[in-house]
Amino acid sequence: MKSLKTYAILYLIFLYAPIFLLPLFAFNSSTVIAFPLTSFTTEWFTTLLTLTEMHGALLNSLKIALTSAVLATILGIFAAMAATRYTFPGQKGIMGFIMLPLVLPEIIVAVSLLIVILRMGFNTGAWSVIAGHTLICTPFAIAILQSAFASLDPSLEEAAYDLGETPASTFRLVTLPLVMPGIISALLISFTISMDEFIIAFFLTGAEPTLPVYLFSMMRFPKLLPAVMALGTILVVLSVLLIVIAEFFRRRGAKRAGLKDTGGFL
Amino acid sequence: MTFGDKIRRFFRSEQGVGVMLVSPTALYALLLLAVPLVAIVVISFWTQTGVRDFDTTFTLANYKEALTDPLYRQLMLRSLMVSGLVTTITVVLAFPIAYFVSFGVKPEHKSLWIFLITIPFWTSYLIRVFLWKVILGYNGVLNSGLLAVGVIEEPMSFILYNVNAVVITLAHAYAPFAILPIFVALEKIDRSLLEASRDLGESRTMTFLRVTLPLAAPGVVAAVLIVFIPTIGDYVTPRLVGGPGGLMIANMIQTQFLRLNNAPLGATLAVLAMLIVAVIAIAFMLLGNKAAGGNKGGRRK
Repeated sequence: MKSLKTYAILYLIFLYAPIFLLPLFAFNSSTVIAFPLTSFTTEWFTTLLTLTEMHGALLNSLKIALTSAVLATILGIFAAMAATRYTFPGQKGIMGFIMLPLVLPEIIVAVSLLIVILRMGFNTGAWSVIAGHTLICTPFAIAILQSAFASLDPSLEEAAYDLGETPASTFRLVTLPLVMPGIISALLISFTISMDEFIIAFFLTGAEPTLPVYLFSMMRFPKLLPAVMALGTILVVLSVLLIVIAEFFRRRGAKRAGLKDTGGFL
Repeated sequence: MTFGDKIRRFFRSEQGVGVMLVSPTALYALLLLAVPLVAIVVISFWTQTGVRDFDTTFTLANYKEALTDPLYRQLMLRSLMVSGLVTTITVVLAFPIAYFVSFGVKPEHKSLWIFLITIPFWTSYLIRVFLWKVILGYNGVLNSGLLAVGVIEEPMSFILYNVNAVVITLAHAYAPFAILPIFVALEKIDRSLLEASRDLGESRTMTFLRVTLPLAAPGVVAAVLIVFIPTIGDYVTPRLVGGPGGLMIANMIQTQFLRLNNAPLGATLAVLAMLIVAVIAIAFMLLGNKAAGGNKGGRRK
């Protein structure tokens, strides 16, 4: 196990190495992304403030990520409840199909949606990116919410029924507060996925780019590379922050249900 | 009992409520996933005539072109090869980690390890790939670093803009994907089985080979599929670090759709890629189940 542990630590370093390079070069004054580092600067972050086109892309991305996260979580609640609480004909097949975007290459989702949208005579735009992101975020939301619903004691809801609550008020007063940590976790994860997603946005965004699509276009200009590193640093820090908060809520939910923590979202 | 009564009774039953609850999500997936997937198959039999116009007479010309043109065949084979290589590397490298976390880490620390392993996966894929371009470049981090230390005399040029770079980058990106399913399978193993094997006189190595490994097979199969299927359709990595010699089928699909305005041929390539992946995936699943000893390979995630 000793040597396995060394291997595991080396592996973690390998996993994190690229991400740790980001801030090094984001704060490095040289315009060339190479060692040795020259001197400390925050110039590239101020450059970001001057890129007005980027601000539009950022707003666009925030709008898309927020809407997609809410939609995916709502769809996730329905499916997770159905999958954990009820049995119905074709359950395995239906759930399997809903979870399919988890493994399907994103380019397939992107081009097939593009074809249908153009064929129906619509124009692509923020709405089509939201449609695509909701589709790929829903399986993640379901995976998180399923464990939240599975850990819920059904006798609590039965007690509410016995005390005269309707199904709707039981859901609002008993079920919802108990699975709330799972819902918050699903919202945050979906938001992060949508915020970082590139391929579907690249195909379906139309005239207004999202932040990753804009970032991709920045990468072609060597002059802008330090700014790419600065923006990348901000995005990665934001993602990690959101994920840590999501994990915190997921664990709190598991603890509240008195479950042994198994770790990980999937 | 009238038909209406039957319907009403169904929707009040356990099953009916389940169906009703799942229907918004299922309907969404039907409209935005099933319908588009069918559309892409249908369009692959059409011909593009204008910017948004198609000749809708049934034709196999796209399939003929996709299967005979050496360029498409080369891209498809390269995608398969890269995917296969990436899958092998990630799964082989991931198994010891999953094993270590499952068997070598205290139970209360397991979730922290898994969390640490999955964090990079949640950060922007685009940025992670771009960083590999920066690391592997001619004037990149690796070359400049090694030059400064004096390990190499001149920059290595064989590590960027070719298939090697694509394989390294994808293997890095999909590492957490491979660890999780193997970890889950290992966690499910009843520890008393391992003790029984040791008590019956098997060595540590033999116990691993004859008990642990077969029981972990479903996890390994899941890991292989979860890495293999998405990597074959990867667009960003070949585009950013592959150079002309490292491009894959997804890049050609994008070119057909957005640059050459030949959606039917793009659709054909997408359908063929999906078919090939599906056949390989199914074959592998059957093989994996056999390796796990028939029906023992049951539940997988």
